[in-house]
Amino acid sequence: MGRAGARSASALLLLLLVLLRAERPRGAELTFELPDSARQCFHEDVEQGARFSLDYQVITGGHYDVDCYVEDPLGNTIYRETKKQYDSFTHRAEVKGVYQFCFSNEFSTFSHKTIYFDFQVGDEPPILPDMGNRVTALTQMESACVTIHEALKTVIDSQTHYRLREAQDRARAEDLNSRVSYWSVGETVALFVVSFSQVLLLKSFFTEKRAGPRAPHS
Amino acid sequence: GWRRAMGRPALLLLALCAAGARGLYFHIGETEKRCFIEEIPDETMVIGNYRTQMWDKQKEVFLPSTPGLGMHVEVKDPEGKVVLSRQYGSEGRFTFTSHTPGDHQICLHSNSTRMALFAGGRLRVHLDIQVGEHANNYPEIAARDKLTELQLRARQLLDQVEQIQKEQDYQRYREERFRLTSESTNQRVLWWSIAQTVILILTGIWQMRHLKSFFEAKKLV
Repeated sequence: MGRAGARSASALLLLLLVLLRAERPRGAELTFELPDSARQCFHEDVEQGARFSLDYQVITGGHYDVDCYVEDPLGNTIYRETKKQYDSFTHRAEVKGVYQFCFSNEFSTFSHKTIYFDFQVGDEPPILPDMGNRVTALTQMESACVTIHEALKTVIDSQTHYRLREAQDRARAEDLNSRVSYWSVGETVALFVVSFSQVLLLKSFFTEKRAGPRAPHS
Repeated sequence: GWRRAMGRPALLLLALCAAGARGLYFHIGETEKRCFIEEIPDETMVIGNYRTQMWDKQKEVFLPSTPGLGMHVEVKDPEGKVVLSRQYGSEGRFTFTSHTPGDHQICLHSNSTRMALFAGGRLRVHLDIQVGEHANNYPEIAARDKLTELQLRARQLLDQVEQIQKEQDYQRYREERFRLTSESTNQRVLWWSIAQTVILILTGIWQMRHLKSFFEAKKLV
């Protein structure tokens, strides 16, 4: 009974740990499409004193610009920018509550934009939830691991930014490729139309005045 | 005795379950579809968790949980093929692994008939999408493989490095695509310029000949 009890208790403890890990997502990185004349808002609950950061970038669409504003739970606008291509904003939350950040494409009438944003709240949680209560300092191995982990996070971040830039350039290159085709076909058609209509117009001038040139002859 | 020992922790777990994902949330309309794009290398796992709450017009508050609400999740791969298309409940978790690198589109929309009863129904959707290394659950891995803290940290570093390698391979693939597009544009510009010049000259010649024969017929030349 005791052993079974201990086993079930440890299984439950494990489940608890799993749920705790699953219950605290500390950041959201999303890419979404913002239609023209539209505004989309996202909300997140932030504790008082926690530091949050918002990075956003326009990947495709129009002039690659978007309006963005961030509001605190009391309704004050703590950040507002118009027609920005990319920006980074960090803030320490003074009030506990739901912070709202919105992206607006209301100034554009026909170009929809793809927007990437990365919203991070607080520090990264420890790899095991009970590590927050440790009393001893980290060993050399552990601190080396932590250093490498932070460095690799920087590498992954810069890879993400590079990928976004490349996606932007690639979208423009593909757009140029298709535009060259359309314009070439269009110009060829225009060329034919113009040359035929020139000839027809010229012919029509001389067909009307058929009676004219005869008069001086007689 | 055994049931009682299980009962209280189970209730605690249930309470935690009810609290659910407390991450980012947004509002969508009744039949509105909201899509997110994930640009990922191949063989990358993506885990998405969502929770929905419905707006109660009388109480003017979002209900904590509404059974009967359904969300349809559809995931398309870069070629447009549907990878995942399933209906989940008001709270759900979806997973997929990419087999081709590129833009995967994750679309969510609710198709619940219950919302038709509420005019102007609004849904609050809590969403959390974890990609690649972030999708790993380290406490679970530690318990399953019985790793010490140091071994777990090493595992985390290995996962990160693997993700970096995959992203670099994907980068190479993307650059190749970019190069092909640029070379295609280059070719197109070259050939179309030549073609248009040739057409221009030929049209000019045709014009002259046609008009010359026309004027000769009219006895003006």
